Amino acid sequence: MNQTALDARHRALGARMVPYAGWEMPVQYSGIVDEHQTVRTAAGLFDLTHMGELWFEGPEAGAALDYAVLTTPSKMPIGKAHYSMICTPEGTVIDDLIVYRLGEQRWMVVANASNVVPVVAAMKERIAKFNVKFDDATMRTSLVAIQGPLAAEILQPFIDIDLSKVKYYSGQETRACGVPVLLARTGYTGEDGFELFVAWDDAVPVWDKLLAAGLPKGLKPVGLGARDSLRLEAGMPLYGQELSRDTTPFEAGLGRVVKLDKPGDFVGRAALERAKGAPRKQLVGLKLTDRGIARTGYPVYLPAASEACGSVTSGTSSPTLGYSVAMAFVPVASSAVGTVFELGIRNLRATATVVPLPFYKRST
Amino acid sequence: MDIPGNLKYSDEHEWIAADGTMGITAFAVEQIGDIVYVELPPVGTIVEATKPFGVIESVKAVSELFAPASGKVVAINTSLADAPETVASDCYGAGWLVKIEMSKPAEVAALKDAVAYGAMIASH
Repeated sequence: MNQTALDARHRALGARMVPYAGWEMPVQYSGIVDEHQTVRTAAGLFDLTHMGELWFEGPEAGAALDYAVLTTPSKMPIGKAHYSMICTPEGTVIDDLIVYRLGEQRWMVVANASNVVPVVAAMKERIAKFNVKFDDATMRTSLVAIQGPLAAEILQPFIDIDLSKVKYYSGQETRACGVPVLLARTGYTGEDGFELFVAWDDAVPVWDKLLAAGLPKGLKPVGLGARDSLRLEAGMPLYGQELSRDTTPFEAGLGRVVKLDKPGDFVGRAALERAKGAPRKQLVGLKLTDRGIARTGYPVYLPAASEACGSVTSGTSSPTLGYSVAMAFVPVASSAVGTVFELGIRNLRATATVVPLPFYKRST
Repeated sequence: MDIPGNLKYSDEHEWIAADGTMGITAFAVEQIGDIVYVELPPVGTIVEATKPFGVIESVKAVSELFAPASGKVVAINTSLADAPETVASDCYGAGWLVKIEMSKPAEVAALKDAVAYGAMIASH
């Protein structure tokens, strides 16, 4: 089991540690609801070292990535980030990714911790015929994120650049807290925030300085439990729940990621051209109008039907909204906003209505 | 951690009083985290010792409730439907779960007393 450079910090803060994707990670410190609300109203500090950092460098790095993933990294301006995916030849999802272009011939791709092994394997195979150097930096890179409305204010004193000029979904190499960082304005919470990719041991000064400076402003450490409830409110997919090798990007409501108009072939193109007009299921957001919490795998029924027509992918009691929400796959013909379903929660049926995603959107 | 001396305790961290009232312990509350939903059986349900009789949910997870003793449910704490957090704030008082009419009172004698239960969670 891998431990992050911040392991002793988490334990000293009283975190409950859990195994996750081969790492011992903090699932909660003060409590999931408190941490969740802290990120919505102030800011939270996250250790996300388990994520995978994959580097692509060389004259054909852009072309190699264009072939390997669904988007067009070669067309990104330097300093930009974008959301992408890597698919099987059958057009189903191997992982969702954030791609950062950091130089004329340099990109970093961030993969989910649980998928680093399959993503690395697929990437190596796909880029073999291109002139590109591949480097899996996961085990020497720490990732500290600060997320929430006060994130910029807390981080600003530790960085020379003016954060008000740093755009959402950008990434650049600079210094912060006295160490070299790759500073990205990205996140997985539905709030403004930053992710700081640093050399392994440099996570310690970054964490310590931000936490000390942020505590008086309400900053708290936040674990994977609240990260999950935050992303769910923000309607963001989690691999293994909303995304899988049984699901196309179109079915997950993420067809915008599939750049069928880009020049040249890419892995999955033919299958995705067919899949575009033929989704077998549709991901929807559900608001429960009855009591109860729908969890992953619970069945979804049309009213009074005895056979399930779909299943819940994620669900919780929303700390921000005060009612239960879920995401689920349902038949395409029954996926319109306003459609009423029943969710099988143990022996009971709870009524739920399709609502637009995301469930929560920040006001600013 | 609070472990009242007048109650008996199961290995699954439920408590039961002499009158058949039961709930979860402070240790269980800490393990579960923020309690956001409690599902209890209707009055009249027959519960069996060590078997699940309801669930308690946090934001993250579902935890089953295991009956510390067998019997028929004669009352449920209906206030928990609107205020499930009461279980966390007062797990031995206002946060009680159900009251049963015990069918095998001898089962209670086999449960742990406060000292034995305290020793069990200390070694956890």
